[in-house]
Amino acid sequence: MQSVARDTVFRHRHLLGIEGLSPEEINHFLDLADGYVELNRQIEKKRTSLRGRTIINCFFENSTRTRTSFEVAGKRLGGDVINMSVVASSMHKGETLIDTAMTLNAMHPDVLIVRHPESGAVQLLSEKLDCAVINAGDGSHEHPTQALLDALTIRRRKGRLRGLTVAICGDVLHSRVARSNIALLNTMGARVRVVAPRTLLPAEIERLGVEVFHNMADGLADVDIVMMLRLQSERMHGAFVPSTREYFHFFGLDYTKLRAAKPDALIMHPGPMNRGVEIGSEVADDIDRSLIRHQVEMGVAVRMACLEILTRDLGNGPPLQ
Amino acid sequence: MNSLLFRGARLLDPESGLDTPGDLLVEGERIAAIGGDLSAAARDAEVVSADELCLAPGLVDMRVQLREPGAEHMESIETAGQAAAAGGVTTMVALPNTDPPVDDVSVVEFLARRAREVKLAKIHTYAAATKGLRGRDLTEMGLLAANGALGFTDGVQAVADALVMRRVLAYARTFDLLVIQHPEEPSLARAGEVSEGETATRLGLPAITPMAEIIMIERDLRLVEITGARYHAAHVSTAHGIDAIRRAKAQGLPVTCDTAPPYFALNETAIGDYRTFAKLSPPLRSEWDRRAVVEGLHDGTVDAIASDHAPWDQDSKRLPFSSAAYGIVGLETLLPLSLELYHNGHLSLTELIRRLTCNPARILGLPVGRLAPGAPADLVLFDPNVSWRISTDDFRSKSKNAPFDGRPVKGRVRRTLVDGRTIFQA
Repeated sequence: MQSVARDTVFRHRHLLGIEGLSPEEINHFLDLADGYVELNRQIEKKRTSLRGRTIINCFFENSTRTRTSFEVAGKRLGGDVINMSVVASSMHKGETLIDTAMTLNAMHPDVLIVRHPESGAVQLLSEKLDCAVINAGDGSHEHPTQALLDALTIRRRKGRLRGLTVAICGDVLHSRVARSNIALLNTMGARVRVVAPRTLLPAEIERLGVEVFHNMADGLADVDIVMMLRLQSERMHGAFVPSTREYFHFFGLDYTKLRAAKPDALIMHPGPMNRGVEIGSEVADDIDRSLIRHQVEMGVAVRMACLEILTRDLGNGPPLQ
Repeated sequence: MNSLLFRGARLLDPESGLDTPGDLLVEGERIAAIGGDLSAAARDAEVVSADELCLAPGLVDMRVQLREPGAEHMESIETAGQAAAAGGVTTMVALPNTDPPVDDVSVVEFLARRAREVKLAKIHTYAAATKGLRGRDLTEMGLLAANGALGFTDGVQAVADALVMRRVLAYARTFDLLVIQHPEEPSLARAGEVSEGETATRLGLPAITPMAEIIMIERDLRLVEITGARYHAAHVSTAHGIDAIRRAKAQGLPVTCDTAPPYFALNETAIGDYRTFAKLSPPLRSEWDRRAVVEGLHDGTVDAIASDHAPWDQDSKRLPFSSAAYGIVGLETLLPLSLELYHNGHLSLTELIRRLTCNPARILGLPVGRLAPGAPADLVLFDPNVSWRISTDDFRSKSKNAPFDGRPVKGRVRRTLVDGRTIFQA
């Protein structure tokens, strides 16, 4: 691995979202991550390309999976990873996001990984920081590493993204995973559908380049990939859908609904799953069809690639914008 | 007695339809004479050469947040007065959403005293329609009006409860008082920050349907039908909202409305990458709505343009979009942004000035906003054609929150007079 050379394909300072990335840039992440998948399966997993680098996991919202995934990725590459949970600390003392940014800046991190409950907050932070920033999810806006790991998962199983039909099902309205995936899949030449009750779809979603369906039978017809979204519990009981029972009946994934998809269609879910709400256990645990555990594995590899690529640009040269 | 002679100005008085080159003589606090050549009549007067400049009634801004009392670190009567002076505004009307709110006669009196002390633009105030702006119990509307409150509104929030609104209107009708509504159905707007559509969807921001405005206007118009009260919808921003008011006017209801420059100068794309300076209430709308606002101004459905001046300090705006405050400052950009309507051919200069002067004055029942012998000498002298760029750093307002920084505009205030006193001179 080269660690001093500046990255020649991805010439941005931060990874804030998928929207605006080119197919070459996306492939660049996926290609590098592909190599890390094999590395991660070896007994000796340690690399040194991030040696001496400080990576701060700064989570303004609870997360176990994404935070751990970034932590493992950073440590495998030899970086020092510090976890900071801001939910329970300074924000409650009235410190503003900008104050937090300034505090972190003074610690000279090389990469800051940020999750925040408000859309656009990670970009705001990135404008005030000297280091590279990776968006680990901002409100309902973007979650770029999730889309990259989903793409890697699909590419490894199907050999390609171009020409596939992907149905994204469930709470698209509040989902940053959906927005990042819509952007990535469109950029890579896949066809994207969204399937959801009308209360869980944002206005003019079709302008993002998706076909809109309101029932699973039509939405899943002949698709290659079924991507289920998590339904937050506070949205389950009347606010957006009447009940989990009704939601599962019409929009939960089971074998009956899956029959509409291609016979070799694969199932994905960004986790954590609500079994019996958006997905039935028998489908989720189907080792032939479900990619859910692969997604987690790809997550570490993709995040290693992101850290590697962004720190290449932190060489001794002037920072690139 | 001080006297001042404006020589060779383009005199604009929308009320009388005057648009002609000529002289205007100010004596003391009042306009003494208007005519072709007044040099003979005014030998002792200080002469202001006004070639190429327009002389119009000072602007009447019917929607301003002063932040005094309660948030003087963001704006005060003094700094708002300076901003108004620089913007050519000679009369402004404050919203009651201060701390304490203007729901008691004592606060009206406090504002009047502060305005007398500061002696810049004239300051009037609305009073709260409901006690504490809580949307439940009526304020002492009769007494508040007798002490100077020009109208009744809950400020930046709607009187949401239909029964309360009916009583506000009916009680106001008893004394022939004006009721001003922030027309947005709060249950539909709840938690929303931008207008529903592609921009909101792309940015993943909670959205408000334009129907929130339309439903509230339609509801209120039905209540106006049964109460007969004078009703004014503030900052109308949607095509259908304007349609509803157009129909109500045709029906003969005592209804008026205003809009603010962002709603004809910008659309939702100004939010770009989460620019909190473009976070407004009501939110910036689609291009289609923006054009309808322009059309409403053109055909007279929209009576007035107000700045909707909402000063916020940096800490209130340098936040993630969802946490940032709503609103922008507008006193100093009211005239140049409005002049875009003239330069783009949507309104004649007289019609534009009408929406900034005599129309709001008429709605508010104020004896200002006109050029006539005997009228108060509240005047703005401006160059309608000079090109410049807005720079928020130059604002006299204590707050700089405006999405127009760097925008090229045409038209600039040269001098502002209130009761014959010059309060601003460029």
